[in-house]
Amino acid sequence: MSSRTDYQELEGLARKGRWLAISTVAGSGAGHVGGPFSAMDILVALYFRVMKIRSDDPKWPERDRFILSKGHSSIGQYAVMALRGFLPVEELKTFDKGGSRLQGHPDVTRLPGLETSTGSLGQGLSVGLGIALGARMRGQKFHTFVMIGDGELQEGMIWEALHIAPRYKLGNLTAILDWNGLQQFGWVLAMNETHRGDRRDPWSGTDLRGVFEKLGWHCTEIDGHDFSQIVPALESAKASGDSERPTLIIAHTIKGKGVQFTEGKHEWHSKVATDEELRTVAKELGIQEMAV
Amino acid sequence: MKALRDVFGDTLVSLALTNPNVLVLDADLANSTKADKFAKAYPERFLQMGIAEQNCVGVAVGLASLGFVPWLSSFTVFFTHRAIDPVRMLVAQTHANVKIGAAYAGLLTGLTGKTHQDVQDLAIMRAMPDMTVLAPADAIEGEAIIRWATDYDGPVFVRLARDASRDIFEDQYRFVPGKTISLRTGSDVLIISTGPQSARCLQAAESLQNEGISAGVLHVPSIKPVNKEEIVAASERVKLVVTVEEHSIYGGLGGLVAEILSEASPRRVIRFGIEDRWGESAPNDYLLETFQMSPPRLNERIQKLFAKSP
Ligand SMILES: Cc1ncc(C[n+]2csc(CCOP(=O)(O)OP(=O)(O)O)c2C)c(N)n1
Ligand SMILES: [Mg+2]
Repeated sequence: MSSRTDYQELEGLARKGRWLAISTVAGSGAGHVGGPFSAMDILVALYFRVMKIRSDDPKWPERDRFILSKGHSSIGQYAVMALRGFLPVEELKTFDKGGSRLQGHPDVTRLPGLETSTGSLGQGLSVGLGIALGARMRGQKFHTFVMIGDGELQEGMIWEALHIAPRYKLGNLTAILDWNGLQQFGWVLAMNETHRGDRRDPWSGTDLRGVFEKLGWHCTEIDGHDFSQIVPALESAKASGDSERPTLIIAHTIKGKGVQFTEGKHEWHSKVATDEELRTVAKELGIQEMAV
Repeated sequence: MKALRDVFGDTLVSLALTNPNVLVLDADLANSTKADKFAKAYPERFLQMGIAEQNCVGVAVGLASLGFVPWLSSFTVFFTHRAIDPVRMLVAQTHANVKIGAAYAGLLTGLTGKTHQDVQDLAIMRAMPDMTVLAPADAIEGEAIIRWATDYDGPVFVRLARDASRDIFEDQYRFVPGKTISLRTGSDVLIISTGPQSARCLQAAESLQNEGISAGVLHVPSIKPVNKEEIVAASERVKLVVTVEEHSIYGGLGGLVAEILSEASPRRVIRFGIEDRWGESAPNDYLLETFQMSPPRLNERIQKLFAKSP
């Protein structure tokens, strides 16, 4: 692997991951694009730099844990897991087709390397909390990461977990908020209102950082598309595993990030790219082989 | 052929014109459930509640207490599982005038998989006192049911499939709560079904004629209330009763029919549906084959049963 501060390799992987995600969805005829794209850089950093994991031994007890609570972004996770060797890249083609290990939403009963199933939003952080709590009780040293969406953050169950994690002083738990400013349908913009996406940012005007800190979380904010911020933030959260406060990383991201025509467009939450669009995507991402 | 979700959006828009109390509360799925048509036509009567289904249900109950008629827009699974406590206590137990537009019901949910496939909803909602449970088969019945539910004073759960299916009703169709509808009469087998699965059963029944089996189809759009006498009478005219539903074989339509017949006219009832297993992400054809509910699979299964039937 390249030097610790050289992120070119990670950037290349993220481009590949985005290509694999959007082309796989096109091949299956349905699926999500915007959420996988906003999460991609963080997923690559976790799987290729930060997490201690073994692709040939996905159940290795000392592995760091990752839960994609916003499970509809599964194809992003599958693409990165494929690049990291957890499954053949070829297998992505089976996504959403009957009998696949790659279900529309991550299915722990089918794919080794997942920690739980997600898909009904708002539930992943609670499971991560349970894992972190259990690790403390057993004296295990691994770290647990959970990624949640900003739309997903509207679910009450997340707030139940946000309240409990600091009570148990779970420094070995890190939540990553993929704050991409869009959900599925959301709120339309008023006249003359501008946001980073084409709908209202669900949390605009809310001091989320202040709220999380008041609940007892250690909170940091990063540009979720800049590896020089992502990697150090994740590594420092992991390094503070023995501390008494769980970490919440607010990642400012862009839904659909990486391809111009999908960026900030709520319709790309879930949409299938045409062949024409795929050619544009390949060009923008610098992908040579167009084989889907 | 028009998908029931489009019927949902269009009917709400048309209802809103004459009924100023109609509102839509969405849990961030309007572009899937097609409540976005209403959002566009009546932005001030469309309330986006975000991805927070329990709160959405509670808010609707508050609005209903002021005389509004709130229609809820989300996937079935999030009403009958995520928000079931407020649906039970706040809506059903208070007989609140809240209408649940349960979209993406059943197995065919556009590749989303087992997390989103709700094949327990009829069992859950049927066991809920005060709840009216309706499952339209096609566009005409869908519109009639949505209109009826809006006028009715009390909680209604409307099970709406995602995709278009074969039309079976004509314009003069009138919805009557409880009433069953004979789509075809037959003397050997009675297939009892609900929702768009009724159309697939009708096709199977038609094809069974070539095999020398006379199969009738009884459509049950009103799971609760239901006219028991009609089910008993229709069952007594045939040698074999088969229920077919895009739902678990436990507690849904099959359970309903078996309960009714075991008390009033005991006989063998064969239940086709989802047999105690989860679904998966796959195209509709694949799922209907896997769960043996496509017309050709139904034809085969019924032939086999009939050959063995005493
Ligand atoms: C409990 C629940 N309600 C609704 C949905 C349907 N749904 C899937 S994704 C989504 C929007 C998610 O928005 P966000 O969390 O911001 O994710 P992202 O923007 O990263 O795609 C919705 C409403 C769901 N999967 N689960
Ligand atoms: Mg979002």
